[in-house]
This record gives sequence, structure tokens and C-alpha cells, in this order.
Amino acid sequence: MSLFLDRLTFFNRAKAPFSDGHGITTNEDRRWEDGYRKRWQHDKIVRSTHGANCTGSCSWKIYVKGGIVTWETQQTDYPRTRPDLPNHEPRGCARGASYSWYLYSGNRVKYPLIRSRLLKLWREARAIRTPVAAWASIVEDPAKRAQYTRVRGNGGFVRASWDEVTEIIASANAYTAKKHGPDRIFGFSPIPAMSMVSYAAGARYLSLLGGVCMSFYDWYCDLPPSSPQTWGEQTDVPESADWYNAGFLILWGSNVPQTRTPDAHFYTEARYRGAKSVVITPDYSEASKFGDMWLSVKQGTDSALAMAMGHVILKEFHVDREVGYFRDYVRQYTDMPMLVKLVRQGDKLIPDRFIRAADFDQSLGEANNAEWKTVAYDETSGSIVVPRGSVGFRWGEQGKWSLEEKAADGKDTKLRLSLSGIQDEVTGVAFPYFGNIAHEHFTHTTHDSVLVRNVPVKKLQLAEGETLVASVYDLFLANYGVDRGFGGDNVAASYDDNVPYTPAWAETITGVKRDQIITVAREFAANAEKTNGRSMVIIGAAMNHWYHADMNYRGVINMLVMCGCVGQSGGGWSHYVGQEKLRPQSGWTPLAFALDWGRPSRQQNATSSWYAHTDQWRYETINVGEIISPTAPAGPWDGAIIDYNIRAERMGWLPSAPQLEQNPLTIAKDAAAAGLEAKDYVARELKSGKLKMSCEDPDNPKNWPRNLFVWRSNLLGSSGKGHEYFLKHLLGTSHGVMGKDLGQQGRSKPTEAVWHDQAPEGKLDLLVTLDFRMSTTCVYSDIVLPAATWYEKNDLNTSDMHPFIHPLTNAVDPVWEARSDWEIYKSIARKFSDVAPEVLGVEKDVVLTPLMHDTATEIAQAIDVKDWKKGEIEPIPGRTMPSVTVVERDYPNLYKRFTSLGPLMEKVGNGGKGMSWETVHEVEFLKQLNGVVTEEGATKGLARINSDIDAAEVILSLAPETNGEVAVKAWASLGKATGLDHTHLAIPKEDEKIRFRDVVAQPRKIISSPIWSGLESEKVCYNACYTNVHELIPWRTLTGRQQLYQDHLWMRAFGEGLCVYRPPVDVKAVKPVLGKKSNGEKEIVLNWITPHQKWGIHSTYTDNLIMLTLSRGGPIVWISEVDAAKVNIVDNDWIEVFNANGALTARAVVSQRVKEGMVMMYHAQEKIVNTPGSQITGLRGGIHNSVTRVVLKPTHMIGGYVQLSYGFNYYGTIGTNRDEFVIVRKLNKIDWMERPYREPAQGAVAPSQAAE
Amino acid sequence: MSATVNHILFGWYPYFCLTVFLVGSLIRFDREQYTWKSSSSQLLRRRQLAWGSNLFHVGILVIFLGHFAGLLTPIWVFDALGISHGFKQMMAIVIGGIAGVACFVGMALLIHRRLFDSRIRKTSSFSDTAILLLLFAQLIVGLGTIRVSLAHLDGNEMVKFMSWAQGILTLQPDVSQLIADVHPVFKTHLLLGMTIFLVFPFTRLVHVWSAPVWYLGRRGYQVVRSRRSLAPAE
Repeated sequence: MSLFLDRLTFFNRAKAPFSDGHGITTNEDRRWEDGYRKRWQHDKIVRSTHGANCTGSCSWKIYVKGGIVTWETQQTDYPRTRPDLPNHEPRGCARGASYSWYLYSGNRVKYPLIRSRLLKLWREARAIRTPVAAWASIVEDPAKRAQYTRVRGNGGFVRASWDEVTEIIASANAYTAKKHGPDRIFGFSPIPAMSMVSYAAGARYLSLLGGVCMSFYDWYCDLPPSSPQTWGEQTDVPESADWYNAGFLILWGSNVPQTRTPDAHFYTEARYRGAKSVVITPDYSEASKFGDMWLSVKQGTDSALAMAMGHVILKEFHVDREVGYFRDYVRQYTDMPMLVKLVRQGDKLIPDRFIRAADFDQSLGEANNAEWKTVAYDETSGSIVVPRGSVGFRWGEQGKWSLEEKAADGKDTKLRLSLSGIQDEVTGVAFPYFGNIAHEHFTHTTHDSVLVRNVPVKKLQLAEGETLVASVYDLFLANYGVDRGFGGDNVAASYDDNVPYTPAWAETITGVKRDQIITVAREFAANAEKTNGRSMVIIGAAMNHWYHADMNYRGVINMLVMCGCVGQSGGGWSHYVGQEKLRPQSGWTPLAFALDWGRPSRQQNATSSWYAHTDQWRYETINVGEIISPTAPAGPWDGAIIDYNIRAERMGWLPSAPQLEQNPLTIAKDAAAAGLEAKDYVARELKSGKLKMSCEDPDNPKNWPRNLFVWRSNLLGSSGKGHEYFLKHLLGTSHGVMGKDLGQQGRSKPTEAVWHDQAPEGKLDLLVTLDFRMSTTCVYSDIVLPAATWYEKNDLNTSDMHPFIHPLTNAVDPVWEARSDWEIYKSIARKFSDVAPEVLGVEKDVVLTPLMHDTATEIAQAIDVKDWKKGEIEPIPGRTMPSVTVVERDYPNLYKRFTSLGPLMEKVGNGGKGMSWETVHEVEFLKQLNGVVTEEGATKGLARINSDIDAAEVILSLAPETNGEVAVKAWASLGKATGLDHTHLAIPKEDEKIRFRDVVAQPRKIISSPIWSGLESEKVCYNACYTNVHELIPWRTLTGRQQLYQDHLWMRAFGEGLCVYRPPVDVKAVKPVLGKKSNGEKEIVLNWITPHQKWGIHSTYTDNLIMLTLSRGGPIVWISEVDAAKVNIVDNDWIEVFNANGALTARAVVSQRVKEGMVMMYHAQEKIVNTPGSQITGLRGGIHNSVTRVVLKPTHMIGGYVQLSYGFNYYGTIGTNRDEFVIVRKLNKIDWMERPYREPAQGAVAPSQAAE
Repeated sequence: MSATVNHILFGWYPYFCLTVFLVGSLIRFDREQYTWKSSSSQLLRRRQLAWGSNLFHVGILVIFLGHFAGLLTPIWVFDALGISHGFKQMMAIVIGGIAGVACFVGMALLIHRRLFDSRIRKTSSFSDTAILLLLFAQLIVGLGTIRVSLAHLDGNEMVKFMSWAQGILTLQPDVSQLIADVHPVFKTHLLLGMTIFLVFPFTRLVHVWSAPVWYLGRRGYQVVRSRRSLAPAE
């Protein structure tokens, strides 16, 4: 009754002694223990996960108590693996376990927030105007607009109601669509796999509007262009369980225990099983201690190391001794037998393009796509054959697109690898060499720029006359400098010769000892020989963020391919960077891009777009002359980088956004008036110059992006390379840019892009961000919408690292006024439909689409590069310029369309990666499952997509990976092209249909589908390219094989036909500010490295207090002991890091771990926590991207050329940032800048023009 | 000071304080078990705690026991033992003085730590700081009485307080008049002392009730708390 009275029991207090009185037993009250018991009691456990682009994709138990999320623990119920393989569970890490902190933290966005100045302007205007007119009155008045745009990032948010903010957003969108065009409305959201429904919500809204979805994988620089180049696949990798099957594991620039924590156990287990492991990183990373060997390579020189290892493997396993398995593998699965034309350039012979069937008289009997069929010698007959599988067989005919060792006519064939033995002569062929380019911080050698090496060649009679040809195999070996006994220069008899690419040569460049290189290469190949390809390379962002990332990667891919590892269990290329594997992709695409209502949607490669619209191109420091090959074929290789991008957009290689200077909603009308089809009208008027492409004048107000949605992303706090340029030109607010643009420097300007002397500042009318936490991006936005956290919404999640699909579910309803992304975009769509009729009705939108990979347009431009603008060829939509399509937009019914599954799914069907199938049955099923729209109107009778769960069911029903019936249809579709029966891979699962509630109950393994190149079966782990090798499905490249020779003109021009070592480029951002604005401290120049981090690798953010307490509570930069000592920096000092691009502040972590000459800042550390002011800019220190500026590479712009064709997040320019150098110095005055905002004086210039 | 006010402060107020002290402690013990603790901040910062806390606790325990024994032991016991009032007062001054100084040093350390260590300050409740300052004030006033006591070493004043305290505890509120004419510093000391009893249940002082003195006499070092009912100990 009373705790006190109960204790008053002096007379019956029991004390039973035991153990000779050393112990006593009492019966005193024990109710206090319940407190500790209740500490771990809860009302329910809900399954969810963390949608943070953490590849872990771990399923978690979320505990709810009294309506509050209290904590989370790891789920352990993943479906079991087979008996001889370790299980997946438990998966999780400290980062994920700290997530529940966010729900109720001070940093939570709780209400819709808006810039108070904007809200005042809106209320004044709205009081007397209709919504769209009210918005027009604000943004058309420069003074009013500037009132809120130039204070972005300086506070000033107030609460507003959902009703009011959605009206503002809808009005801005409607105004923009009407005035400028819907393609001026941008949306940026990354990584659908982390929460596919949430991604789809915004993308569906934008696509119905005609807005632009920005890519992310390329922008993040996580996309390895070498993958599409070699395999015609964005990225496909083994699941982590497959590491266990490997016999030899190289971790190359990948820090598995730190950044793949939940998967790292497979690495440990593989080592217990006996696998050998080598770790290659410049710094002593957490992974290094796992290695049997650690190679500390000079950062940025990985391709030199890979080339040297390749040299050893080729010499010992292909030349001195021919390993049967390796030879059979490269014969059947690579382009090595294919013939390449050799052309004379001056006194030299250089490799040109692949010989095609069309080059011969009568095209060797090939009537269909003869320009796209490569040829080789048959080993037995010695005659030329057209082997099946090249891309010419993929389009326009059926049944011959396979990797069976058969010629086009159906006869068996064994392709000849080397022409040695049947050659007409052995002659010198020229290869470009870049390792002699001097760089202040990297070692170079003194070899010639052109290395001539002897190659066996044959004379071939073509329609145009006789030509010399060589096989890729022979060129490939010559390129490595392997001595095959053909004599001549530039080949190495010994590994100790200093000839590219010997181990001795690599030692001077990479700093890795030659005997280490030889040992690793030899053991890597020996293991592959004994195990038929079970050697694997795990690789990560570290190598992929360099300007010449393709070379780093192709060097590694070559090693794997020459040892027959790709497509074999326990072998291959394991590139893990972000959570890019959206397993039910083809079920998700129609939902996300509203393909059920209109096709195509507008998709833009973000890197090129941000490069143009944040005006980073105006500060370009790289001249094409610095990167062009000494063996480049004749051509106009002049112009600035942006000129190449503009050409690419014109020729239909890359997409454009905005697309045309004229509003695309008005073009169809003009075309009709001219009596032409829209596509013909656009082509004609582009040629006449009446229509202009927006890309040619990105600074013209007509071509500005006007509205930008950011959701599920921290664009400005993390991925925004050239952060300060975003602030200056896109947002128009205070910024730290210190460099001068080309005009101010008086340097030569682009020839294709219009130059405005005065660069625009503040292109965006409206920046809207959806987030659950007040991120750096939110801080700079005009409107911030409170989004549900990962424990408050229903969604789906998949990863590359495991084969499961599992959900996010709402453990609790969104707290405060937060809403799920799905509900937020639904409410904006509803408001838009209310507001739009003021200015918009049913409109015809003219959409430009580049020549897309995996469609028939990928074989548009076979031989030459021709620009219609220069009059070299006629503009033909879908062939020499972008495709032109008219899409109907029903703006007043946008909400109704948003919430129902449109009619095109039944009419046109669905598909992906070049396959297509009908979906009538699935649509009928969804009508029954989700119910049909009963309200009168445009969507009556269609399946509903009201809730986020409805949306998830659409994805799951339409995707082959989650609906066995669709999988069978998809395999059958592929079988038509290959002429082989693949349906046996899915028929056992035909009746399996995974639904949302199934994955809520337990994560489910996906069903094998031809959308991906690996299988999920009882026998093998998911391994990329497995079906190419074992089901003989061609790679989606020109040759249909793993393509090691890139024959496109631009590839050859930039010296990357074959893999070569290319040193980092000099982006020249240091000199303009070095020593110019001293604060009295010593300055040091170091290489800027921004790896994935320990306390937040995508799995949480760097404002999480719990994780912050584990490090230093704010931004940190790692510097080596040696470098720190040179400039008197001691551990925990505040330092400033800067160059012409901007400045940031952080604490120094001085460590032996870091290699001298480089400095590391883990990415995405936000400037909102514990960041003092910078002395040099006078502003708060920036983020890791404040000192970067993105530089594009022309070879990534190539299009209309099979695997080198555009695809959303598939190919395109990538946002590299590791070639950057920075100046580091001690910060001797710590200014927390805790002052109220002061309006800058009228006409004041940025305080930071340091380069005066 | 009027007799009425004197009577309210030293005749009624003690009962009010003691009632709140006892009933409040009881209620808190029964209702708020999880607040029944000393709220040690040792985990947050060890600095100044070893000296501060030990000096304070030793000092204040000596003072407390001195007051307890000195005030509540019946006068006839001293007389029977032949301890003169003057000697007793001298003893109180000397022992109390030494303990008081120790306590003073300890509290100064603790107060400095609580107010100027940002981590401690941020985690302190109002009552944590207030009770410390209140005890400190009481200690200073208590030390201040020594000077007055030195002026009359015959012990008569002391006897007044003993009689008052014993009178209050034996339910004779009229004893308030016994101390009507004592030096104000004593009155202040008494009032502050009673106030400490008053606020006692609302502060961390409740841990005094639970000081684990029974550990000293406990048999056995392994204690098993059974859920079965046990027979009463023999």
C-alpha cells in the first residue's frame, strides 16, 4: 500500500542466512525493479528502415511506447541463405541505431516554414489578386523579388499554414509553366531505391506538369562511366554475400568496415574461409588492417597501378603461358577478337573504329543494321565472320542477338584472338601516352607522348579499298607494353624496365614497390585460373571521383576481364557507392515518371545542368588542349568544355533543360499553324534559327530554371559541387566565390555559349525543400515543408548489397504538422489543379528527348560525328538531333491523374532495358486491389493510387522482380531477341506475387528478372553479368561483348580508345589566392579528398547529436602529421581551407593515418553545426564542396552510340572533384558570427575578390 | 521583535516546518521513488568533487550530530555527568568551529563547481543550486554565532536553546518566549535552520533519510531478495 509503511516491518523482517552467514536472503520490497523492466517494455514493434542512401538497407525494429518512437534495434529475420553460406543478419550499425533521435529533436522541421519577406509580399499581393497573378506581381518586380532572394540562407523563416504554402507553390508552378514553360520547373531528388514511393511522389507531380527530374548518380560522381562504356549497364554488382565465394579479394579504395558496416561480416567470413585479401588505399584506412597486404598508392594514380598489374597478368598468363580458361573467356565474352581499322596519321598508324559488316561489299550479306555489326576472323576457316550478339542484331531483327559462338548465318564459329600467325606484316602502331604531363604534385616520366609498338596486322579488302586491320587483342596487349617477340620499341623484356606500363614504371608514379605489384597481380590471376574466375575487386567512390575516373576503373575492369572473373560467382567488379539498385525499377518507372499518362517524361543529366545554371562554366580553367590526345584524329578540337556539352545537346547526345528558348507549350500551335508535324517544325525552325536551344544561352533570363523542388536530398549541404557558385548564381545570395570569371580575366570565351558580361545572380524564383530536419538546403530555401521521417511513412527499400525488398512503415503518424512526401505532393497537386485554370487548360507540350540507350535510337550515329548546326548534316529528330514528341498535359485534372493509374499501361504496356511486355492483367489486378475511381470525371474507372501503400502496390505489381508472372513475360520478351529460352529462370516463381503487407511481415527475396544481369537462385548469390556469361545474353554494347576498346571518334580523340594512365588534371584553383590574403599563419597546398564518412556514411546526417558526440561535435578535416607540422597546426586547432572557389572552416584532426600531401574531409558535414566564420570570406565557413568546382569531361557527353548513349543516371557527365587542391592554414580568430543579419549596403560587392 | 511575531516564528513555524518535513518526505518517498536520490553529478565532472564533497560531508555530519546531541540531550544528563555548561559551550565552539571551517571550504568548492562549471550548471535544477546556497548561508550564520558566543562563555544562552528545542519537541509552543531576547544572529540561524527542514522534502536532501548506515551492521555480503515469503528471522 505504502512503500514507507511496508518497510516498517521490524518484527517480521525475514533474513534467511546462507553460506555460513556470508549471504542473506530477504523479502524486502522489489517493486522498484519494475522501473527497469518498464524501461525496455513497449507497446509495439514496427518494421522500418533508413532511407538515407545508405547501401546497408537494413531492416529495423522500431519500438513505440505511448505513441512515441523510443528506440530501434536490428531485425534478424532475413530469409536464410543456403547451407554453406553465412546468413545476412544481423545488419545495422550505430548510425542507424541513432536515428530515432531525429523525430523529436530540436532540428526537426515541425511546421511549413516560409521566408517572412516572401510571405508578406504574398499576402499583400494575394489580398487583391488571384493566385497566379499574385505570384506574377512579385517575381516580375525585380525589387520585390530581390527582397527575399538575396537573403536566402540568412534566417527569417516564419510558420505558415499548409493551405497557404501549397497555394504559393502551385501558383508559382502555374505561372512558370505559362510564362516560361514547364521545363523551367526542376526537381532534384536522389536514389529512389532508398524510398521509392517518396521519390515517385515528386517525380510523378513534376512529370504530369512537364517539369524536369534531375539525375543524381552521375552528379554524385558515384556513376562509373566505365561501366556503361564496357558493359552497357549503369552499374550492376554482386551482393555482399558473394564476397564469401571469392578466393582473392582486392579492396581498392573501398573502406568496407567503415562504409559497408552491415556487410563487412561477409568480408571477415571470406577471410576465415581462406580468401586472401589485399587493400589498396593511400591512407591507412579501417580496411587496411583486414588486408594480408596493404598497398599505399599515391592518391589519383590508381590506373598506373592497375596497368602495371595488367602488364604482369598479360605477360605471365596470356603470353609466356596461355591459360585456356582465360583465352576462352576473352574470346567469347569480350571484343578482343573484333577487328579494328588502322589509319595513317602523318607517319604513324593509329587505331581507328571497328570494322563493320557494312564496310564490305554486299555488307557480307547483312541487310539489317550492317553498320552496327562488328567482324572478326574465324580461327578454323580463316575467313571473316559476322559473329552474333553485336548491337546490329538487337534492333530490326530477332533471334540472333546472343553470345552463342555462332556467326550471323547460324554456323558455329571460333573467333580468332590474335592475328599473329596469319598476319601480313608486323608494323608499328601509335598509342598515346599522358604520364609525361608535368604536374606540381604528381610524378611524371619523360617518355614520348606517342608510343609506337609493333602489332601483327592484316590487309583487308573493303568496299572502299584495302585497309590494314588489327584485332583488339593484339592492340590491347601492345598497349600494355608486353613484349610478344615482335621487336620494336616501347615494350618491356623485364619488369624492371622503365617502360609504360611495367611494375618498375608504376613504382615511380604510384610509390608502390614493384615486387608488391608483381605479387598481387600474380596471385590475383593464379587464383582466378584455379577457381575459374573467383577473384574480386571491391571498389568505391575513392577512385571514381577523379577527373579520369574511367581510367582508374577500366584499368581494374581489364584485370578482371583478362582473368575471366566478370560474371562468375565470387568474382568480378564490386563497385559500391550509393544505394542505386532500385530492384523493382521497371514497375516503379511508370509510377514515378507518370508514364501511365504521357510518354516521355523530361529527365535531365544534373551535372551538365548545374554546370550551366550555376555558371561554373564561366570560371572554367581546363582547356580542351590539356586533355586532348596526341593521336587525336583531325577535327575541330577547339572550344571550351561547355561548347562540347552544347554540341552534345544539339546532336541529341545529352538531354537539355530547359529545352528551347520558346515556351514548349506554344510550339505545337505554331507547328499546326505552319501545317507541319511538331517534330518537323522544330527541326526546320532550329535550322532556320527561329527556334533556339536553351543550352546555347544559359544566362538568358528566358532560359533560367525558375522553380526548384528538393526532396529527400541535401543538395546545398552535401552534393552541390561548386557550392559557392550555387549560392552566387542560382540563389543570388552571399557567397564565397573568390575567383574571377573568364571575362574578368580576359581569357578566351566559349564559342557556342552566349557570353553576358554581367553574370546573373539569383536565377531561381522559388526554392522549395521537403525535409524532416533543418538541413543546409532548408536554410537556403524559400519554403520548407515538414516531411515525415522514415518511421512515419510507408515506402519500399532495396539495395545492391542484398537481394531483399523491405519496407519503411509508419510506426507513428507524422508528428506536428509533418506529412509524408506522397501526401505533400498530393496536396500540391490538388492545389495546382485548383489554381491552374486561371492560366492553363489542356495543353500540348513539345518534349525533346536525347537518343536513348536501350532504344532503337541508340544506333543513330554509326560512323561520324556530324553537327547539323554547322551544316554538316540535316537536323533529323531522333537521328541527328533529339527526338521530338508532343505530350498532352491536362493541367486542371493534374490531381486526378496523380491519384489514378492512367490508360497507357493497358494501351502501350510496360518494359525496361529494351524489352517490353503487356500489362493488362496487372492493371486489372490493381483495379481490384486498390479499387477504382468512382468519382465522375477524366479518371473514372481507373485504378486508384490514393495512399502511399496504393503506390507501393503499383510498383510491386508491375515489376518483374516482385511479380513472378511479369518476370516470365519479361524473360520471354528477351528470349525473342536472343533466340534462346530464358523463362526457366522465372517459371518456378510464376505464381509468386510480393505485396506490401508481405514485406512488412518479412523482407522478401526478389525474383530473377532480365532487367538485371544477376540471378537469385538456390545455387548462386547475386553476381553482376552472371546471365551474360551463363545465359549467353549479350552485353548492351556495340559489339555485344564486354567492350575494352572504345572506338567512338571522341573516345579516340581524347586518347581513351584503350585504357591508359592519365594523371590528375590541374584545375588551377590555388594560385589565384595563394599567399594573397594572409592572416599571418603559414599556408600549405594539399590535395582535397572527400571520402564517405564514419559517423554518417549516408546512413545518417552530420547534425545527429548522438553521432556528433562520438567525434568532435562539428566539421573536421584530417591532415597528416608531417603536413600539419609544416604549418604549425596541432590536433584540434581550428583551420581554414580555401581556394578560388570558396572557403570552409573546421577543426584539424592530425593523424599518422593520412598520407602526406593530401587532406581529407569526410563529405556532407553541413555548415549548420559548430562552424565558425572564415577569415578570408567574412562569411560562415562553407561545406566540403565550397572549395570544389565541377569540371566536365567531353567523352562523357557522347551519345547516339549504343552503350555510349544517354540514359537517366546511366551515362552522362559526372561531377568529379578529387583533382582539386586547397590551401590549408590555421584560423587565428574564431568568430561565431552570432549577430543579427545586416542588409548589405546598396551596390556593395562581395568582400572576397581576393584575386585583385 | 514583538512577542506575537516571536511566537509565530519560534512557536508555530517550527511545527509547520516539521510537519512539511515529515509528511512531505513520506509522500515523496511513497509517490516519487525515482526522485529519491542524491543526484550526484560525479559522472559529469569529478573535478573539485573529491575534496569538496568529502570536506562538506564530514563537516556537516559533525555539525549535525553536534547540534542533535547538544540540543536534544536533556540538561539533567549533562548535570549528572558533571559537564558544566561552560565546558559544553567551549566544546561546541571548538568542535563546531573546526567542522564548520571544513564544511565551509568544502561548500565553497562545491558552489564554485556548481556555478562555474558549465556542464554542471546546465544540468542543475533550481533546487540543486538553491539548497546549496541555503546551506552555505546557514553555515556562515552559524559560524557567525561563534563571535557572539565568545562574549558570554557561561553557557546560559546555550541552555535557552536546549530548553527551546526540547520544549518544541515535547509540544510546548510557549517555549518560544525563552529565546525572545537572544542575539538576532541566533534567531536568524534558527529560522534558516527551520527553513531547511521546510524545503527538505523538495530537494535532494532526502537522500539523508536513506543514508545506508545499515550497511555497517549487515550480516553477509551477498544479499538475495527473494520473491518467496520467508519465515521471520529467529
